[in-house]
Amino acid sequence: MNSIVLWTVVILSSLGLVLAVVLYLVARRFKVEEDPRIDRVEAVMPGANCGGCGYAGCRAFAEAAVKDTTLDGHYCPVGGTPVMKQVADILGYELKEQAPMIAVVRCNGSCEARPKVNEYDGAKSCRVVSALYAGETLCQYGCVGCGDCVSACPFGAISMDAGTGLPVVDERKCTACGSCVKACPKGVIELRAKGPRGMRVYVSCISRDKGAVARKACQSACIGCGKCRKVCAAEAIRIEDNLSYIDFTKCRLCKKCVAECPTGAIHAVNFPVLKKKEAEGE
Amino acid sequence: MDRFIVSPSPHIHAPVSTRSLMRDVLIALAPAVVVSCLFYGWSELLVIAVSVVSCVLVEWALTRYVLRRPSTVGDLSAALTGVLLALNLPVSTPWWVVFVGALFAIGVAKITFGGLGQNIFNPAIAGRVFLLVSFPSYMTDWTAPQGLIGGGPDAFSGATPLSALKEQLAGGAAVDVSALASQYSYRSVLFANLGGSAGEVCAVALLVGFVYLLCRKVVKIWIPLSIFATVAVISLVFSSIDPVRFTGPLFNLLTGGLILGACYMATDYVTSPMTSLGGIVYGVGIGLIVMMIRYFGSYPEGVSFAILVMNMAVPLIDRGFHSRKFGRA
Amino acid sequence: MNKLSFSIGGVHPDDCKISRNCSIEELPLPGVMHVSMAQHLGAPATPVVAVGDRVRTGQVIGEPAGFISAFVHSPASGTVKSIGPGKDLSGRMVTHIDIAVEGDEWAEGIDRSSTLVTEIPEDRTFILERIRANGVVGLGGATFPTHVKLNPAPGSKAECLIINGAECEPYLTSDFRVLVERTREVVVGATIMRRALGDCRTVIAVEENKPEAIMSLRAAMGELHMEGLEIAVLRKKYPQGGEKQLIDAVMHRQVKSGGLPISVGAVVQNVSTALAVYEAVQKNRPLISNVLTVTGDCLPVERQHNYLFRIGMPLSYIAEYAGGVPEGAAKIVSGGPMMGRAVSEMEASTVKGSSSLLYLSEKATRRAPESNCIRCGRCASACPMGLEPFLLVRLAKAGDAAGLEAASVQDCIECGCCLYSCPAAVPLLDHIRPAKGQVMGIIRARAAAAKAADDKK
Repeated sequence: MNSIVLWTVVILSSLGLVLAVVLYLVARRFKVEEDPRIDRVEAVMPGANCGGCGYAGCRAFAEAAVKDTTLDGHYCPVGGTPVMKQVADILGYELKEQAPMIAVVRCNGSCEARPKVNEYDGAKSCRVVSALYAGETLCQYGCVGCGDCVSACPFGAISMDAGTGLPVVDERKCTACGSCVKACPKGVIELRAKGPRGMRVYVSCISRDKGAVARKACQSACIGCGKCRKVCAAEAIRIEDNLSYIDFTKCRLCKKCVAECPTGAIHAVNFPVLKKKEAEGE
Repeated sequence: MDRFIVSPSPHIHAPVSTRSLMRDVLIALAPAVVVSCLFYGWSELLVIAVSVVSCVLVEWALTRYVLRRPSTVGDLSAALTGVLLALNLPVSTPWWVVFVGALFAIGVAKITFGGLGQNIFNPAIAGRVFLLVSFPSYMTDWTAPQGLIGGGPDAFSGATPLSALKEQLAGGAAVDVSALASQYSYRSVLFANLGGSAGEVCAVALLVGFVYLLCRKVVKIWIPLSIFATVAVISLVFSSIDPVRFTGPLFNLLTGGLILGACYMATDYVTSPMTSLGGIVYGVGIGLIVMMIRYFGSYPEGVSFAILVMNMAVPLIDRGFHSRKFGRA
Repeated sequence: MNKLSFSIGGVHPDDCKISRNCSIEELPLPGVMHVSMAQHLGAPATPVVAVGDRVRTGQVIGEPAGFISAFVHSPASGTVKSIGPGKDLSGRMVTHIDIAVEGDEWAEGIDRSSTLVTEIPEDRTFILERIRANGVVGLGGATFPTHVKLNPAPGSKAECLIINGAECEPYLTSDFRVLVERTREVVVGATIMRRALGDCRTVIAVEENKPEAIMSLRAAMGELHMEGLEIAVLRKKYPQGGEKQLIDAVMHRQVKSGGLPISVGAVVQNVSTALAVYEAVQKNRPLISNVLTVTGDCLPVERQHNYLFRIGMPLSYIAEYAGGVPEGAAKIVSGGPMMGRAVSEMEASTVKGSSSLLYLSEKATRRAPESNCIRCGRCASACPMGLEPFLLVRLAKAGDAAGLEAASVQDCIECGCCLYSCPAAVPLLDHIRPAKGQVMGIIRARAAAAKAADDKK
């Protein structure tokens, strides 16, 4: 009996010892020399591996950043400036400030404003729908509503609003990684400056149809009438292909265009409620 | 209709659904169920009823309250698991043991993996094996048939042919297995005259159902065929080397639930390979393991274990065996 | 008789050829024609008329805008009303020429008589030029310019011309009616194409469910004494009329992945194309009309028709003429039920490749709700290209382009067998289609890069 126990212990221990030596030798033989800064940079990254920076993940970003001599073109939209500051410190590079961004859904064609003219019966995927045909409504530009952006978002920041059938971005969760922008086959989602205290003004429509056509398809479409451009003092608005676009780098958030828009296609968000009421009262 | 449907092609669909496939398998099992009820009496009907009802209930409750998804009992897969589980149990199994088996089969082997289509192991077999290791006494209590049509053959003990064989072999002394095997006339195996679990009772009833499945193109023949062929070849080789120690092909093909396992459990879509070639590899694997367990293992049977083991190999088989592609010969 | 078939996969939908006994009727001209400039595979044609121009039937109104492109002719005489974007049947904007119809005055040089001209021109270039100038494209579905296909690249030789009369799509009977009613023209057309390809072996392939067509073909071939023509009877199986499948069935050769039919010495042309070739070469008549089946499971038999329509007639006009959309129609399809396109815009016009107006009932067409894949492998057994659709969908959802390419997603012919046969109603093809597009893009980019690197050397 004792000898069995003894033999067991001896055999297992020697086995362990031999394998440990083998492992040690293999590890030494195949050791890969890496810049230690890669690990340090990776450690300060958010670790979401979302690909928002354009690399396959946080480690790939770290490798690329370490390899390069500047931080130009390397930006982690998730961690934003604080993380990039740390990265810059580790690598000793200079950091250029970048304004925080957010994903903005540029379609307000709710079920009510944009009646359906046919019924789609296939895979629930925006990519599939937009490859197939113009869509369930008469607007061939707007949101398809199958939620490809929702499943693309690595942060769970987008959800579909059951009432409007449009995606809603949760501002606290959105990191402007751009996954949804890539996922949307219609190009409805745009990364725009988040704005001071989240205040921003944008045209919530991308229809390039002529005014009458766009209006027929959707009550809240931009009809390219140009009224917004006329009232804009900052010259931030341009009209191309029957569509108004507000340049967020020039917009001064005066909101004049919002009141002027005949279809309500221009949205202003996160402005203090009090002011909003005043505007309505006028 | 003012709004027309728009969808990608194709615009028509074959008249087949998960439900219709499961229904076909249930229809195919009907003869075996009827025969086993005839031979084992009301208690067998009770086992089947308890098994089916508990499988369906467990599936309904778990999808509804745990997964919070629309219930999937309508696809009849839970009912099918119930019938298969019951056919794998001895008629004397108490109702609560059947329920525990159903709970394990659906709750653990199926729902925890994500429900139909996601499970790795055949739920009915997983349930049966769970019961076999948890309640061995109930699971090996093979009472001889005392059926509705009266006068069941009580000429032999309550052991199944295979377990009787195992006991005698374990008892020491060389046993002439050919003599033992000859105790059981093949006629009695084919036409329901043996002790054993309900599904083993009548080979003809099972085969009739299987022919129905083949005609309806519900399953392909490759998996059962390769299991039978492997079992036959191995037992032929071994029994011709040493007919005293090893039983012959016919005995091995007709006993121990091999037909039930090969035709109805190994062919389960979810837990078998997708391609015909993969199916043959899978079938050969099952046949090999069955025969190894029967000849050299301590369990009298081996079909359940063999299927479970090969279930694990399915992802690997699917990776290795692909269908023949057009223009890439 | 030995019936031929392709070797891998396939499905057997009910053929539903309800309109098989309806003779071809000619549709009267509508008030306005919308002629699309994108009626063929390749670059859309460039309009060569201006608003206000008077045009005559058969006059060129669009010129090819590239090597793979085709002429477009006016389907009626009248005044050009407008030129600009108009919706196709999917609601997408395509350049259209709208013509206000004022009668049917034909351009000069077109033989409109019905006399059969059996003399085959000797000159190959003359044949190809006539086909090109008259805007003939493949009418089997892909609308590939016919003259390009009949003119194989130097170094490749056509060994067998297959005239595709399989019409394996359920419901459709337009090719069948052409085969029965215009048999002699089809036979002459086939012989003309055979001449263009250097008198190669020529097989007219027809599915077994069209015995009348086979009989009239035999009769016409006996009567006209055209040399080198054979008839092949095909088993009824979908997609028997797929180009690669048909070559496999008739020649027992498989076109390699990424290869063209000519790589195995095959050229496939549809029977309606053969008719169009006959008219283009023998009569100098441009492709401005085609046969279209109005059918469906919810359309009473007496309201089913095979129409000779002028290309450019709005779908709504044809539907109206045929008595309106029937009660119970839930989906309108242009083309067959397996590969046709669902119509979301009835104001869209017919194009050269239009083959049907198919009304499907809710019961026939509504998809069952998607449920879990039960790994039954039916999609893989059904796939005529031997692919594994379940695997492709998994890879597509994971976005694994390399894996998709390794699993040959680029070989998919989008026949729909996988989705047709799936018991769990998983939208297999819906997901495979964009994945295929993505992988094809990668392959093309790689080929372009390799070519650029080669050119540098």
